[in-house]
Amino acid sequence: MGRTLAEKVWDAHVVRKGEDGQPDLLYIDLHLVHEVTSPQAFEGLRLAGRPLRRPDLTIATEDHNTPTLDIDKPIADPTSRTQIETLRANCKEFGVRLHSLGDKEQGIVHVVGPQLGLTQPGLTIVCGDSHTSTHGAFGALAMGIGTSEVEHVMATQTLPLKPFKTMAITVEGTLKPGVSSKDIILAVIAKIGTGGGQGYVLEYRGSAIRALSMEARMTICNMSIEAGARAGMVAPDETTYEFMKGRPHAPQGAEWDTAVEYWNTLHTDEDAVFDAEVFLDADELEPFVTWGTNPGQGVSLSEAVPDPDSFGDENSKSAARRALQYMDLAPGTAMKDIRVDTVFLGSCTNSRLEDLRAAADIVRGRQKDPNVRMLVVPGSARVRLEAEAEGLDRVFKEFGAEWRFAGCSMCLGMNPDQLAPGERCASTSNRNFEGRQGKGGRTHLVSPVVAAATAIRGTLSSPSDLEPIPAATSAA
Amino acid sequence: MEKFTSHTGIGVPLRQSNVDTDQIIPAVFLKRITRTGFEDALFASWRKDEQFILNQEPFNQGSVLVAGPDFGTGSSREHAVWALKDYGFRAVLSSRFADIFRGNSGKQGLLAAVVAQDDVELIWKELENHPGTQITVDLESKTVTCGNLVAPFEIDDYTRWRLLEGLDDIGLTLQREADIAAYEGQRPSFKPTTLPARG
Repeated sequence: MGRTLAEKVWDAHVVRKGEDGQPDLLYIDLHLVHEVTSPQAFEGLRLAGRPLRRPDLTIATEDHNTPTLDIDKPIADPTSRTQIETLRANCKEFGVRLHSLGDKEQGIVHVVGPQLGLTQPGLTIVCGDSHTSTHGAFGALAMGIGTSEVEHVMATQTLPLKPFKTMAITVEGTLKPGVSSKDIILAVIAKIGTGGGQGYVLEYRGSAIRALSMEARMTICNMSIEAGARAGMVAPDETTYEFMKGRPHAPQGAEWDTAVEYWNTLHTDEDAVFDAEVFLDADELEPFVTWGTNPGQGVSLSEAVPDPDSFGDENSKSAARRALQYMDLAPGTAMKDIRVDTVFLGSCTNSRLEDLRAAADIVRGRQKDPNVRMLVVPGSARVRLEAEAEGLDRVFKEFGAEWRFAGCSMCLGMNPDQLAPGERCASTSNRNFEGRQGKGGRTHLVSPVVAAATAIRGTLSSPSDLEPIPAATSAA
Repeated sequence: MEKFTSHTGIGVPLRQSNVDTDQIIPAVFLKRITRTGFEDALFASWRKDEQFILNQEPFNQGSVLVAGPDFGTGSSREHAVWALKDYGFRAVLSSRFADIFRGNSGKQGLLAAVVAQDDVELIWKELENHPGTQITVDLESKTVTCGNLVAPFEIDDYTRWRLLEGLDDIGLTLQREADIAAYEGQRPSFKPTTLPARG
């Protein structure tokens, strides 16, 4: 019988097959490290007197704690500063390559790996961060791990893992203008639920997925974890190779040809069988937005806040009631009538150059709602530089948005970028949990173009809701 | 790792689904660089509410948390497990756990026991009707006892064995050094390395 993409990558990394119900021991090709989930792991190595086995398969960056203003000054928060300084000392002691604040390769760990060409098809990639699933867009098996596992990988370059089940998410058709990959994944999560992918590796396939850029595929794979799946994957194709070619750590010369030959085998065989299958019609899809406090609580932007009593089981009903109370929303309110205070364009989900371009195309020549503040936080220092080279920084600044330095920023508010209690935000990030963006803050997850349109109108909006730009302005 | 065979302690009913790790421990507490001392961080936002279950006697002395489905979703932060343990919890019961949380629990000697939702409902009722009721979680027999109810729970055999023996994963894997070295010897040369840095 044929194998799925996930099974092929898995099989190629088995160091030792588990016997009698024991897990397989899998080799890890690439270990990404950041300041938050690594200090206790490094300390564990030190206490046990163990070396870090493969510094040459490990790379670190500073992202969760880093400020997005005044990055040339010492970090104001002493605990954040200590954590960053601890990472620097640990990387030095164990010989790990580190891209620090101020370095042009610094940025969100899941933006940095692909931009350096380190993220490649067929690799096993781990990081002490649940959004490691992002890298699956290249056909890698990439998953988030806890700190004990971080230490395990540091010490052994392997992980004991139980095989996953496989789920095909097939998306056929063509997305309408203004509908993006963020809307695909939000719709998938609403459909299968936050636990629907639990125990599975998701493989996204179908004509709508094939038509997506690498950035858009990364957005989808990124949020696989929000459906409970540890990993999401897309089989590599010409789009993948085009994105990788010429990047610093992509194979070169004859090695490239050998690699492509191997990568071309990384697809699910025709006669392979998935453990579960889900279908989505891209033609039917509208811009999607969340109304509640988990990423599965979403609806089309043209719909209304649902009535908790409309949910099937008692758990979903009480979860919806609680969510609406936290979000201060009444059932039946049109999503487009919801007014926001803040718009956040950033995070490992939507902070790549393509995301910034898409939002800039909407706001160019238009006025921001004066009551809305908008933060634009590029995913990496390099994305920021590339955006500036295209003049996107000027577009956002003229619009009235704040143009910040790279990092995780307001996605989780470990740095000063936080919502105030009661503040409502349209956010391109990945989690609308209670207090995620700041204590008492209220989050609506949206795509970059919905974020941009919302900043213009002040209420949750899609680009199709916008008035045409007056001729005099658009000609300028 | 500390061995886990059986534990008896006060049960705490947390009638909520989708308890994500941002609720178990908000991100602001993740700036610490230690592995202990997170008891104050557990459910930090919710504990500001006087009505919250852990602010009520005798639940504040609980050591077995009984939660709704999809417990531990979201972030991979192992701090969530450390905070539960530091507070005094030894076991969490739920009908469904997020994968990473369950994995992290297994590494830290916190028992994540999968109990059918119908049984969770019965346990909730018992704990609410008789606050202070003790729950026994027995890993040998894979059963939970609460009042008159004896319910089975699920846990994968490997994690169960490691918890019962108190085994350290890294130590086990390092016994496979020869296998790891052999694997490394045949990795294709086109696979990337981070060093030397190319820019």
